[in-house]
Amino acid sequence: MSTETTTEVDINDIDEVDQLRYVAARAADARVNIELETEGMTLNIGPQHPATHGTLRIVARLDGERVIQAEPIMGYMHRGYEKLTEVRTYPQVTTLINRIDWVGSFANEVPFILASEELMGVEAPPRAQYIRTALFEMGRIANIMLFLGDMPVQLGGVTPLFYAMRDREFVLNQIESATGGRFHPNFNRIGGVKDDLPAGWIKETKSAMQRVRDFCDEMDDLVTGNEIFQSRCRGVGIIPADVGKAYGLSGANLRGSGVDWDLRRDQPSPLAWKDLDWKVWTHPDGDSFSRFWVRLQEVRESSLMVDQILDGLPAGPIMAKVPRIIKVPAGESYVQTENPLGVMGYYVISKGELTPFRVKIRTASFSNMSITPWLLEGVYVPDIATILASLYFILGDIDR
Amino acid sequence: MSTTEDVATEQEEEVETDAVREAIAGAFAEHLGDGLLDQHIVPGRDLTIRVDAGSWVSAARFARDRLGMTWFDFVAGIDWLPSPFGREMEAEQDWVVHGRDEQETEEMSTGVAGGDSRFQAFMRLHSTEEHIGVTIKTDLANDAPAIDTLIAVYPGANWHERELSEMFGVDVVGHPDLRALYLPTDFEGNPLRKDFPLVARRVKPWPGIVDVEGMPEEEEAADESAEAAPATGDSTQGASTEGASTEGASTEGASTEGVSTEGASTEGESAEGESAE
Repeated sequence: MSTETTTEVDINDIDEVDQLRYVAARAADARVNIELETEGMTLNIGPQHPATHGTLRIVARLDGERVIQAEPIMGYMHRGYEKLTEVRTYPQVTTLINRIDWVGSFANEVPFILASEELMGVEAPPRAQYIRTALFEMGRIANIMLFLGDMPVQLGGVTPLFYAMRDREFVLNQIESATGGRFHPNFNRIGGVKDDLPAGWIKETKSAMQRVRDFCDEMDDLVTGNEIFQSRCRGVGIIPADVGKAYGLSGANLRGSGVDWDLRRDQPSPLAWKDLDWKVWTHPDGDSFSRFWVRLQEVRESSLMVDQILDGLPAGPIMAKVPRIIKVPAGESYVQTENPLGVMGYYVISKGELTPFRVKIRTASFSNMSITPWLLEGVYVPDIATILASLYFILGDIDR
Repeated sequence: MSTTEDVATEQEEEVETDAVREAIAGAFAEHLGDGLLDQHIVPGRDLTIRVDAGSWVSAARFARDRLGMTWFDFVAGIDWLPSPFGREMEAEQDWVVHGRDEQETEEMSTGVAGGDSRFQAFMRLHSTEEHIGVTIKTDLANDAPAIDTLIAVYPGANWHERELSEMFGVDVVGHPDLRALYLPTDFEGNPLRKDFPLVARRVKPWPGIVDVEGMPEEEEAADESAEAAPATGDSTQGASTEGASTEGASTEGASTEGVSTEGASTEGESAEGESAE
């Protein structure tokens, strides 16, 4: 972290917009706590602070140890995917959107492919849907394991990260051996998936899932039961359910506030979730600890789901019949799925050409982060890292 | 109305769900009166309504308070102008290989639930209890598009509206802090407008061009069904070989009208960085 002290600037040297911001910053800095006679300070977190998972910058105005105003500044990683999708064919778009949430790439592809399939009137065969669901959940496991290792690091406990990285590797290896890519599978096709599963994959994956469950038990012992971890997290960054909904929070951030809502269960989907026996975890507290706890349960639940999928994997083709050149009929379709970071949706507008006319990409982290100005107001400086880590965002998912 | 919904969600039948969406559309019609311009229902899937700009905020408030759609999904914009750039295979590099179809300038057409103007804004709201969502569209003025802010109803609209404003040049009336969200402050132009050219696309060949056998029209009739499955992968794979023949990166493509070169080159760089991945 670096501190930025306000120095005298000749106000005539800067343009009008910056002038206004400068004046506002000076006013905030000069706010004096009359009782304690403190002076305001601006704390600049990032763009490279490790708590930000990328190049996010947070400008916090402080009064003593307390944040009076915090403002995230992003755009350092804006890649303009919504524009770029307009000049890519439908199969090429999956390569792009893999890079939105780069830790859960497989899950990024699925809603876009489902939206395109819906417009084309194509449905992938059951085996393809099962393979998709298995890889979707494995992507979720790999993604959230990173969080489970990372959040304790923000609070000073380095060990869990190594455990997480160690066991996550087994999941990534399985994703790689099925799709060819550790991070960017690019495995979904309109009408199915690229390849069938390799020989011996099911057995290896099951043992990897067992490792994931062992890891979860380990984390239960090591982290959730840890007194220091609890005292740093409990009661910190409380999000009431109604506020969370109004800001569009989703995923574990909303389930951690007691909202029993999971799109895997709560919307009709061609993927295999409806055939599985599983549970949506919620926690009533809404604080940083509950968000961590919910995610830990979800990883365990997902590993059990993968086991069920592999047991019930139907035989048959992995691709539906689709034209050689994909042209999607004119129409509009909005498909959202429950991704590792929360709800992700693609609003695809087609005019019957090779390329989409417009794709609105609704990413989870963008909305999850939009609550930070509200949430960080009034917290103490050390809690900033806790809260940001517990919201769990991937910068590519914010900036798109 | 709420009783109809309850019954329907319990039974989970397509026909019933359809009734739910019709009931919601009916509730909007009753509340907004003439403010509701059009509606579109995909049975069992989706509901889109179009309201006039004056009913934008009141439609959102009604959905939140009366229909239980407390979860805010997003606000975004659409530019329905048929793009003079970047559609089909229009980069000049591609003309060399494939020749060029002289395409008629397309008539502007709008999507579901209709529309009268070039710009539309649309928001998506969802109910986490009833598990039903609605897309609400509204038309914006062609010159100087403007829209009322939703922040008072859904505070989460703040960032979405900043993005809408910078990407489409829409003025969000009543927004407290309408600075650029992603773009640099001195960026000129509104990138998601259809008349904003993606310069990198104009001077580089279509990604995967070397792998394309022929124009889609020829191909389509020939192998509709034969080996459909493996073939769909090909064009995606080809994306990695893009830029194989960039030598003639023409300057004509870059000198596109009406856009500052500064803004355009920024866009170009980002796109190049993308293809390098």
